[in-house]
Amino acid sequence: MIIAERKPMEEIKQVIAPYKKVLLAGCGTCVTVCWSGGEKEVGILASQLRLARGTEGKDHAILEATVERQCEKEMAEELRSKVAEVDAVLSLACGIGVQTMAEIFEEKPIFPALNTTFLGMPEKEGVWVEMCGACGDCFLDRTGSVCPIVRCAKGLLNGPCGGTRKGGKCEIDPQKDCAWVLIYRRLEKQGRLDLMQKYYPPKNFRAVKRPGKIQAIKA
Amino acid sequence: MAKPFRETLKTKGFIVTAEAAPVKGSNMSKPIENIELLKDKVDALNVTDNQSSVMRYPSLGTCLLIKERGGEAVLQITCRDRNRLAIQGDLLFAWSRGIGNVLCLTGDSIDVGDHKEAKPVFDLDSVQLIHLVHTLNSGKDMAGNDLDGGIDFCIGTTATPSADPLEPQLVKVGKKLEAGVSFIQTQAVYELDELKRFVEFVRKKDAKVKVLAGIVPAIGAKMAEYMNENVPGIFVPQYIIDELAQAPKGKGVSKGIEIAARMIRQVKEEKICDGVHIMFIGREEKVPEILKSAGLL
Amino acid sequence: MAFCCEHSAYSAADLAGRLALHCPENLRVIPVPCAGRVDTLHILKAFEKGAAAVLVLGCEEGACHHLTGNTRAKERVKHSEVLLKEIGGNGRYVAMSNLSPNAPHKFVKIIDEMNEKIKKSGEVR
Repeated sequence: MIIAERKPMEEIKQVIAPYKKVLLAGCGTCVTVCWSGGEKEVGILASQLRLARGTEGKDHAILEATVERQCEKEMAEELRSKVAEVDAVLSLACGIGVQTMAEIFEEKPIFPALNTTFLGMPEKEGVWVEMCGACGDCFLDRTGSVCPIVRCAKGLLNGPCGGTRKGGKCEIDPQKDCAWVLIYRRLEKQGRLDLMQKYYPPKNFRAVKRPGKIQAIKA
Repeated sequence: MAKPFRETLKTKGFIVTAEAAPVKGSNMSKPIENIELLKDKVDALNVTDNQSSVMRYPSLGTCLLIKERGGEAVLQITCRDRNRLAIQGDLLFAWSRGIGNVLCLTGDSIDVGDHKEAKPVFDLDSVQLIHLVHTLNSGKDMAGNDLDGGIDFCIGTTATPSADPLEPQLVKVGKKLEAGVSFIQTQAVYELDELKRFVEFVRKKDAKVKVLAGIVPAIGAKMAEYMNENVPGIFVPQYIIDELAQAPKGKGVSKGIEIAARMIRQVKEEKICDGVHIMFIGREEKVPEILKSAGLL
Repeated sequence: MAFCCEHSAYSAADLAGRLALHCPENLRVIPVPCAGRVDTLHILKAFEKGAAAVLVLGCEEGACHHLTGNTRAKERVKHSEVLLKEIGGNGRYVAMSNLSPNAPHKFVKIIDEMNEKIKKSGEVR
């Protein structure tokens, strides 16, 4: 799912400073799961901002509302009456939700409270790791389902590089595994090392012409 | 005029190459000094390409200087800073100006360098880069178009014989050999058994490729530990760190040179591989001393 | 504002009352079934309502009636400190303490100590 994390408090305070009444809009899907922008996080941030702005002696109001999925126009629409009451919206959704809100409520400044970081999963409780690069040309069948595009720091299709650290850790971070060592071990376990021994030609980086757009057909 | 490296590889018994770092700036006096010092003492002189992801004068620029001054240059190209269009263009340019050897590398990650916020390219990896040079050598570009005026590079690459784990690295080396390279300049080796194992593996796959053992003098215990932690692909073993630690104060550099020279002599005497590639970045002026101590001058 | 676990702190507070031990007037006691019931948001809301300090009082470590409630409370109090620091602290104190149900003197001591802290920072409410 989409993983995001809250922006630094200073940045958030700065961006809403000029506005008296602000709506904090949460999202009930990805950002709820990764503890950054759900109803609870909206409540906490709202409370912090009230305490912060109270001390600064300004007369402001912080409203709270969360919808199931902020990236769906119909759901974001549910916030219309609350948005009408405020001068600006601080969205705790991922970048997609923020932009959806901005499209629907065009006359209202909509600000992101989060930095959307990557597509990932929980490695263990509270630890999110990047797993997919949304490259549009999935390579997982050839690597024992370890993504070389984002889990390899250099995105190599014929890895590893010569910089692997001792114990099979990545050149850029001793806490991270070298994806190609993971691929080797996975394929070795399955007796399919021949896949790694094959030469893979350069990637088609335009498999998805960005900005991406897809027309799906409902079955 | 220096002998083309391609010929040296075919005919010479023990091959010696070295590395010269480009300058961070446009002042060419130090590179020129190093080139003049080394060009006649080695079979070819490599110039690194933004080594350790630190921005410098391009490899190609310094290679042209080497050529102008009568030396034999090895152009290094990494995949970190250029996409396939830029790389093909650079190769055409290099060839047109008389550079005939290219070392194909993946490239260190942006994070180890001094421009940590830059966007890494990695449009290609090193194996794909080797294939690319072959494609250009055959008279076509990567998109299949005919070239008006071709190239014919002598192709080399790197390898890390002391990688841990080693097996995935060997799979990669296997692919590089299949793609076709004339020489391999390894990352620093300190354990000759590791080197022997590596050469054995290579020979099974390609009897003709020349393997040059990478020699990086470690000039002190602290320096060695620093390199282990921060320089990708370098693993100085503990017993060498201990030997370095025992050197009297101020004698770190000489000790490092002594150890390096000893390794070179051993590699030559035991015919472990086809030569050595000396990397003493920042202290190129000491390379002749190493060569002398190793009995190569 | 003191969130008091009914199995420990609340009993202690009750005993303190019966023994007529002096408790400051600015204290509000909120009984909870377990310290672990107190959420980070409750702590922040307490400050929004005007508290100068928030205490979370639970069972002695290892003796939580609900096994891990006091451990969770401890983590949440730590996290609340981080959240408060983000907006500048400003003399808002939050702390976790552990005590047994028959410790009325300890209860009073904890409250007094926190009160001292508040007075020193000049924000008695």
